[in-house]
Amino acid sequence: MTTVTSFIGVLFDGLAYGSLLFLISIGLSVTMGLMNFINLAHGAFAMLGGYATVIVMSRLGVPFLPALLVAFAISGAAGAVLERILYRRLYRAAHLDQVLFTIGLTFMSIAATTYFFGPGQQPVVLPAFLTGQVHALGMDFGTYRLFLIAMVIVVTIGLVWLVERTRFGAQIRASVDNQQASVGLGINVERVFSVTFALGSALAGLGGALGINVLGLDPTFPLKYMVYFLLVVAVGGAGTIRGPMIAALLLGVFDVAGKYYVPQIGAFVIYAAMVAMLLIFPSGLAGRRT
Amino acid sequence: MTRLPTLRWSSAEIAFWLIPIAAFFLFPHYLTLGSQVIIAGLFALSLDLILGYARIISLGHAAFFGLGAYTAGLLAKHGYGEPLSGLVLAAVIAAAAGWITSFLIVRGQDLTRLMVTLGIGLMLYETANQWSSLTGGIDGLSGVEMKKIFGVFRFGLDGRTAYVYSLVVLFVVFNAVRLLVRSPFGLSLKGIREGERRMPAIGASVRRKLVAVYTVAAGIAGIAGALLAQTTQFVGIDVFGFQRSAELMIMLVLGGTGYLYGALVGAAVFMLLQDYLANLNPVYWQFWLGLLLVLLVLFARGGLIGGLVALRRRFSKP
Repeated sequence: MTTVTSFIGVLFDGLAYGSLLFLISIGLSVTMGLMNFINLAHGAFAMLGGYATVIVMSRLGVPFLPALLVAFAISGAAGAVLERILYRRLYRAAHLDQVLFTIGLTFMSIAATTYFFGPGQQPVVLPAFLTGQVHALGMDFGTYRLFLIAMVIVVTIGLVWLVERTRFGAQIRASVDNQQASVGLGINVERVFSVTFALGSALAGLGGALGINVLGLDPTFPLKYMVYFLLVVAVGGAGTIRGPMIAALLLGVFDVAGKYYVPQIGAFVIYAAMVAMLLIFPSGLAGRRT
Repeated sequence: MTRLPTLRWSSAEIAFWLIPIAAFFLFPHYLTLGSQVIIAGLFALSLDLILGYARIISLGHAAFFGLGAYTAGLLAKHGYGEPLSGLVLAAVIAAAAGWITSFLIVRGQDLTRLMVTLGIGLMLYETANQWSSLTGGIDGLSGVEMKKIFGVFRFGLDGRTAYVYSLVVLFVVFNAVRLLVRSPFGLSLKGIREGERRMPAIGASVRRKLVAVYTVAAGIAGIAGALLAQTTQFVGIDVFGFQRSAELMIMLVLGGTGYLYGALVGAAVFMLLQDYLANLNPVYWQFWLGLLLVLLVLFARGGLIGGLVALRRRFSKP
């Protein structure tokens, strides 16, 4: 019985962790699919959301749920501004330039965050209704993790609706599939990309805010989780929702299970699995490019 | 007009190599920093082969540097402290690892290559971290004791032996690489860089050439790592770190890719800047480093050497 319960517990934690990774990475997947842009600085937007939450909660006394909205808005705004003044210049640049440029942005974000907020972990005080356990099926589930999974399900449904059912979604899909033809059909691909980039950054910010007490929050955040975000996109396949989702959930479950059952080899399993997956599916599980 | 490469040393090249020799006599108190610069230059040179000539983006080149460092360090720690054969063994092990992993690298495109190299680097980091009975884990490998070079030159505290030793190794390897890139093999690498799809049409096997150059570059990175282990008589786990791979790319891009000398110039400028700025404040240093990268990409894609070449072209035209 205990092995079964512990297994379900690990599975549950893994799913919560994976859905968080999905929420943060989905914006990266779209930018990579849409503009073929390798953005290693994506985690910085998640970190920004996290710090925004901590600051408005501790200094302005804003409650947790509205603070999440603030994180969403601030990261989205930062994404929109940076896209307009910096990222846009590099869409047609070589991948090497994009990599160097975004590593530069990552380093700057780490140093700036350390300068303003110090190198330590940032705490978050959750409201009482999100702490504690929920008793179900003879087991205890962390309330916050349930909340996390529910949030991600809601956001994903909204995202799928946006992409599959709206006019704007059709424009995104068309631009991912064939940029030139989309321009020819009168779609303003540049604007589509600006909005998508901002939305992706906003979702990353929301993910960073939700993840403060799951992933932790300190200035090295963008670098620490960079591999995870990239992995979700590279393994899942850029430009889709389904691929990164499967990849993120798998990664979450395997990471938690690996650290629980075989702690001595730790993160090794994940990296080995990643390399193997990339070799078997070079364009991702749900890749669109051949 | 493109001229065919020659093997003759130009006067600018000779002047370049006189600088480190002059530095040995002029700055006797900075020889330790000097050998760090030389080692970084050698490491950047190995990246230039795959990035500058074959256009493979690697975020995990430190994997081979680290393998070389641990090979040399472990050999010396367990009683085999002869430096030169240690270097050779480190190069062989790193090159073997490069050869095995090269088959994973040649398959993919940029993003896949980036992720695979990153993944391999992280795997080695984790291995070194967890296998602390062998590697010393996070505390690093200490107790590395080197014997005298040729039984004569002892690695002393003044760093003179380390400096000359590193410089000679750099010069020898640089010569070999210079020969390599000016050979038909080197020209075919440039061909792959400029148009990978067209190369098979002239009968060149892209795959085999990429495997070869990746293996050679890994071996050279291993030599650089071994030099660091031997001259500092210590191996820290950060030899495998992502930071090291990223900084390596910065050095190379700062100097300019695809010139060989760009690697050396970039490494020297980077290390001296770091020594100066990081002493002021390590956190600020990372900020300036990031800003430097952003500015380089936006405004100075050729790096320092690229800028010099452009300047010379402008003045040589009537």
